[in-house]
Amino acid sequence: MFSYYLELALRSLKRSPGLTALMVLAIGFGVAASMTTWSVFRAVSGDPIPWKSSKLFVPQIDMWGPKGRGPDSADNEPPNAMDYTDAMALMHAHRAKLQSAMYQISPSVVPADASKHPINVSGHAVYGEFFPMLDVPFLYGSGWNADDDTQRAAVAVISGKLNDKLFGGVNSVGRTLSIEGKDYRVVGVLGHWNPQPRFYDVVNTGGFSIGVEDVFVPFERAIAMGMPNDGNTNCSEIPSESGFVGLQRSSCIWIAYMAQLDDAAAVSGYRSWLDGYAKDQQTAGRFGWAPNNRLRDVPAFLDQQKVVPSDTKVSLLVALGLLIVCLVNTAGLLLAKFLRRSSEIGVRRALGAPRLAIYAQFLTEAGMIGLAGGVLGLLLTGVGVASVSWVLPKDIASLARLDFSLLTLTLLVAVVATTLAGLYPTFRASRVQPAWQLKSN
Amino acid sequence: MTLHPMIAALRRHKAGVVLIALQIALTLAIVCNAVFIIGQRIQRVNRPTGLDESNLFLVSQQWVGAPSGDDPASVDKLDSMQQADLAALRSLPDVASVAPINSLPLLNSSWNGSVALQPGKDLRAGNARTTYYFSDEQVLSTLGLHLVAGRAFTAADVQHQAMHDQRGPSIVIMTKALADKLFPKGDALGKVIYLNGDAAPTTIVGLVERMQVPGVGSWTNSFTWNATLAPTRLNANFSRYAIRAKPGRLAAAMHAATPALYATNPMRVLDDDSVKSFADIRAEAYRADVGMAILMGVVCLILLAVTAAGIVGLTSFWVGQRHRQIGVRRALGARKVDILHYFQMENLVIASVGAVIGLLLAIGLNLLLMKHFEMDRLPVIYVLTGIVVVLALGQGAVFVPARRASNVPPVTATRAV
Repeated sequence: MFSYYLELALRSLKRSPGLTALMVLAIGFGVAASMTTWSVFRAVSGDPIPWKSSKLFVPQIDMWGPKGRGPDSADNEPPNAMDYTDAMALMHAHRAKLQSAMYQISPSVVPADASKHPINVSGHAVYGEFFPMLDVPFLYGSGWNADDDTQRAAVAVISGKLNDKLFGGVNSVGRTLSIEGKDYRVVGVLGHWNPQPRFYDVVNTGGFSIGVEDVFVPFERAIAMGMPNDGNTNCSEIPSESGFVGLQRSSCIWIAYMAQLDDAAAVSGYRSWLDGYAKDQQTAGRFGWAPNNRLRDVPAFLDQQKVVPSDTKVSLLVALGLLIVCLVNTAGLLLAKFLRRSSEIGVRRALGAPRLAIYAQFLTEAGMIGLAGGVLGLLLTGVGVASVSWVLPKDIASLARLDFSLLTLTLLVAVVATTLAGLYPTFRASRVQPAWQLKSN
Repeated sequence: MTLHPMIAALRRHKAGVVLIALQIALTLAIVCNAVFIIGQRIQRVNRPTGLDESNLFLVSQQWVGAPSGDDPASVDKLDSMQQADLAALRSLPDVASVAPINSLPLLNSSWNGSVALQPGKDLRAGNARTTYYFSDEQVLSTLGLHLVAGRAFTAADVQHQAMHDQRGPSIVIMTKALADKLFPKGDALGKVIYLNGDAAPTTIVGLVERMQVPGVGSWTNSFTWNATLAPTRLNANFSRYAIRAKPGRLAAAMHAATPALYATNPMRVLDDDSVKSFADIRAEAYRADVGMAILMGVVCLILLAVTAAGIVGLTSFWVGQRHRQIGVRRALGARKVDILHYFQMENLVIASVGAVIGLLLAIGLNLLLMKHFEMDRLPVIYVLTGIVVVLALGQGAVFVPARRASNVPPVTATRAV
């Protein structure tokens, strides 16, 4: 029976090719616009570490107090990064299972080949627990241990990309790397690792980053070597001493922090520890205000930091509006098309076809238009996703890609939406009175 | 022509009328807001930075194993390295002038603070927010800034200090916008101000007409034109040089910069991104805005096209359905033009209803965007223009089927369908 309906639908669509083309075009464009913007939205709003994001927390401590937030600040949100003093206090207390303070660095690397110019690499100064905490994949070797952290060992973890560039892609563990003119021993080479958003350091990356992190060195080593921070520095008051050491003694914020807390008990334990710490600071006279801390997991922190650009959300909203208009348009045209065939419906009903059969027949026809629109939509989505790369900012555009799930969704949305748009016209078609139609003929 | 028979006829196919009106309403609501977004973005992208942007480029470089800059001797060493770079760049044949600078408008890397009229105010309090540009005596000519009052920096004014050194300059040049905010009477020149809550005074020696801050994000909206120029070379392990090429020699000057710097000191990082024309800096800064405008433009075009096509399709169907009635009217003496007007009028009625609903939806959508996405209030002119556009679109779309209807011969009335 289904094949019969298919044949009927095909015949009907052929009868008015203009109208059919119009509906297919509308569905195709509507679906493609929605899917293109969806691909961007999906890319920027995704969970960068879905298996663990609910166990990774970003602590925030109010080291500035109400005055530091400035006169135009409406909420009581503490600063979104840490100063050196508090980051070190948290590290030394070591209350979480795994934790790391980190700051963005951009050191130079001098290739062993003297004929080549030095290059700039970006990376982070982190603690050894950073790697197991974020499940960072290693191609060769591993991260460093707690002893390396405390002894400020000259060790480094490099990206696979930098390894290709400097060591021709071979296992370079144990080899020497010249960072800022000092020798470091390579202890690990990363596999492909480029999480977006950069959830472990949102403040410095703004969420998204085109480059790959090329080098990681021990935090305390970087501090001891005076490796300057490459990211944002925010101050509520001018540091009293100058230089990088002055920055470390100031309340300026430039350090990101992440801690792994496996269960609710650990979270509440950590939370009360943070409050106790802030209270101690208040008693000691360093903070002139009551504890005002936050402890958000990764999804909540990304949300609070508004990592998804509002342009992306507005685009998605507008494109969905376009899809709705296209569907309303299709509903109107299907209504016209179906009711024009009232006499045909009358004959079928008079010959004994139940209403259900009419439903099946016309929804099949709507579904076919949806399918054709979906196929056109697939092509246009391909064009759309490809053109996103020269329209949108590079850090975001590079994340939008065409994959199997997007293609499936495109077809599915086209067919389901068109069938829904066809429901009312079909309902009207099924209500056609056979006697009345036969008489008027 | 009376509307009564037309409305009576429309009531016979309510669903089609409702769908068309709804489509027009939604189209109007979305197009108004999308065009408003486009307009805002175009306005943003086209605002002048205050710089003479042609023939201008920027070199950013980093030294390898540079001194820390935490002690006076190493600061002096860093400064002599920077001076050597400046001398090398200034001696290039295609270069007109060079200024060391910490950032440029639209570069998105900035040093911001506050200006107060009293000493020792809080950093966050102050009387106005500002961004700082640290440069030397060639800054005005290199950037093409327009001095409207006072004097430029001289070589004798120029100091140097480590980047993390918090000492403020003793004299500054500021933008007129910032000066007017601090001294609304327009007598800023020669006045004393206090930077970043400092106790040491700073004197305003010059005013420039306009200079934008480096940031382009919405967080800079409150101080977009508040810039302060200090006669200070900043010493760090990296440096930036703004370079004005001689007219028409931009490409040649950009090409010559890298070898000249390597010849001065090879232990430095200079890569593909290190030498950038200001045109590229501008394009990168506004990429998101241009992209958003293009996206909204494409959506508007598709929307209008789909809606116009929908009107054509549905009206054609109605014309076909009423073939016989049209014939009867023609046989009873209606002229071709009456039939044409009938369909045009019918469309106008439907489109007007749609436009009224669309007006409400447009305002509603705007309120939604304002609440969640920092949008501004939609000016009425956009909605009014939008209404005119959708009504015209409806008339344009209905013309072809309406003319076909007017061509129905009166004899149709006598034929059985």
